[in-house]
Amino acid sequence: MSLHIKNGRVIDPANGIDAVQDLFIVDGKVAALGAAPAGFAAARTIDATGLVVAPGLVDLSARLREPGYEYKATLDSEMQAAMQGGVTSLVCPPDTDPVLDEPGLVEMLKHRARRLNQANVHPLGALTMGLKGKALTEMAELTESGCVGFSQAEEPIQDTNVLLRALQYANTFGYTVWLRPQDAHIGRGGVAHSGPLASRLGLSGVPVMAETIALHTIFELIRSTGARVHLCRISSAAALDLIRAAKAEGLPVTCDVGVHHVHMTDADIGFFDPNARVTPPFRSQRDRDAIRAAVLDGTVDAVCSDHTPVDDDEKLLPFAEASPGATGLELLLSLTLKWAEDYAATQPGKGDALALALSRISHDAARVAGLDAGRLTIGSPADICIFDPNARWTVEGAALASQGKHTPFLGYELAGQVQATIVAGHVAYQRSAGNVSNVS
Amino acid sequence: MLNPQLNKNGELQHLLSIEGLPKAIVNHILDTASSFVGVSDREVKKVPLMRGKSVFNLFFENSTRTRTTFEIASKRLSADVINLNMQASSTSKGESLLDTIDNLSAMHADMFVVRHAQSGAPYMIAKHLIDTRQNHVHVVNAGDGRHAHPTQGLLDMYTIRHYKKDFTNLTVAIVGDILHSRVARSDIHALTTLGVPEVRAIGPHTLLPGGLDQMGVRTFTNMNEGLKGVDVIIMLRLQNERMNGALLPSVQEYFKSYGLTPERLALAKPDAIVMHPGPMNRGVEIDSAVADGPQAVILPQVTFGIAVRMAVMSILAGNQG
Repeated sequence: MSLHIKNGRVIDPANGIDAVQDLFIVDGKVAALGAAPAGFAAARTIDATGLVVAPGLVDLSARLREPGYEYKATLDSEMQAAMQGGVTSLVCPPDTDPVLDEPGLVEMLKHRARRLNQANVHPLGALTMGLKGKALTEMAELTESGCVGFSQAEEPIQDTNVLLRALQYANTFGYTVWLRPQDAHIGRGGVAHSGPLASRLGLSGVPVMAETIALHTIFELIRSTGARVHLCRISSAAALDLIRAAKAEGLPVTCDVGVHHVHMTDADIGFFDPNARVTPPFRSQRDRDAIRAAVLDGTVDAVCSDHTPVDDDEKLLPFAEASPGATGLELLLSLTLKWAEDYAATQPGKGDALALALSRISHDAARVAGLDAGRLTIGSPADICIFDPNARWTVEGAALASQGKHTPFLGYELAGQVQATIVAGHVAYQRSAGNVSNVS
Repeated sequence: MLNPQLNKNGELQHLLSIEGLPKAIVNHILDTASSFVGVSDREVKKVPLMRGKSVFNLFFENSTRTRTTFEIASKRLSADVINLNMQASSTSKGESLLDTIDNLSAMHADMFVVRHAQSGAPYMIAKHLIDTRQNHVHVVNAGDGRHAHPTQGLLDMYTIRHYKKDFTNLTVAIVGDILHSRVARSDIHALTTLGVPEVRAIGPHTLLPGGLDQMGVRTFTNMNEGLKGVDVIIMLRLQNERMNGALLPSVQEYFKSYGLTPERLALAKPDAIVMHPGPMNRGVEIDSAVADGPQAVILPQVTFGIAVRMAVMSILAGNQG
């Protein structure tokens, strides 16, 4: 099988490429850029004139809700959402039901995902059995089944000694531990950023120190164990300052933010809009601005969708009772491009914001997760996202393939629409109404 | 973002919070209330303003006192009142809140009086009515979580206006568990809307929420300092579940530091009034000598509360979509 993508603007941040040129795919791998390799005969040609040809997106957190929460979303619906969002590799957290703490569950999930032949699914195993924070999981076995790291999802470990042991054990085999810094007690039950808005609305708060106290603990444990930790869903300016300092110190840490937090603040809760109920909560404008700056300076390694489908029954409730989370797979590209656009508008001529933005959702994310993905290097898997950077679309339930229809961006008009998604050289998604055409 | 309380003409469509209400509307409610105060003294305690209208009291959280005052106010306006104890009703059988609202709307409800344990629940109901174009149905927030209790705030303003006439030269102290109090939040918004130059909050750090200064409030942790020279003291009820735990060590210690005693009351202006939204915990937040003393206006608050609720409901019933 060979594929010729012609006349597109190829942007490959990993290799510093940004030029209109042709791309050639043979046997599921990137075969050549510019001129066709010797003996190339295209089985299929895609005309990408006016479109960007980028590495397929790598999403560091997408909840597929299988197993256990099929009423919220299914693998079929969410994989279709990934394709429509240009996401070709995704990492899914272990907070399914049952929790991903046994190799058999992970194998089953990988198997079901493979059969759909869409995005590459990379599960995180549970760090402790049942995410209960007591007994370690069989990390080596889980890794053999396909786990790319170990996580507590939204369940902070209460016993710091267990966390210490978990980091020591993971580090024995060189596994990365993915932790969302969140104190087990401070801010428990909170639903909004502790601040003037939460006070006014009478919502219980999650203070910034819930994040920073946990970070201090994690950093001390890293200093002691040397374990590699990926810090998930950072929400505050103070936390980013600590992470910046930890990186300068040489601690083996990386971090991501959810793409919603790049744009939203607690003020977007408005009059108790449950669509703005997310974990961690949207924080102040100062925090949001610090996140935007940290995406730029690299303190934030990657931006993820934090895709969390929630059904109507669990979302259309009073704010504090509404289940947290927003749909994100199909918004990741547009919202990251929006960051680039906003940045370019305020800081004209200071580097290529578009390439940097794409890097944060492809190459950089792949680096964090240790995946061979997110780049168009010759010989690497031909996972590709072709999008129209100027096409505008309106975020509404009907436009989304995901079963999760709730997002604080409902009604927003966003730029950037995926026209085709290619996984290992085969066209897994093609937008019918778009301007991608089959020449042959 | 549109204020869901006001209709497109800027009139009151729902009463959800005092925050964001124009001063003119607050004053209109208070003026209307004073015309209703006399109704309760008549031999026939009724006016026909809501004849034929159905008011549904939806109390998802128990409250005999507030529910009763709304019921009396509705009946004095000649409305039909249906009391629903939602804790024992369909929602506890799994029916969603919005399904319940749709069902009751189909029974031709004209007004929902809603009490709910979650902040913002009445907004959700109001938004649903707006989304489903049921502009003839009105929502009155009778207390939602820690967020707001606007009719209590309004009756407190009515009481203050009755005794003090002018808001623009007052110092008002709110004492106690501000953190969990919807009454405190509604009072603060009402007082600042009406131009009170100094609003104080008095309590230990564990019961004072952050961000009070952004709401225009001066905080005091020392009760004696906070009460100096005030014109109005609003005492808050200390809920039983807060009394022994990580917020406060004991009732005794709380009373020692923050209980309103005659000695402490003497620090306020000689003509200061003492208010309390009820129910009172004598010996916890307030000494009986103060609660029963000449400066307490706690029972008049209850009487004014009926007139204020009549005013709110009759104004809402007169405004359409």
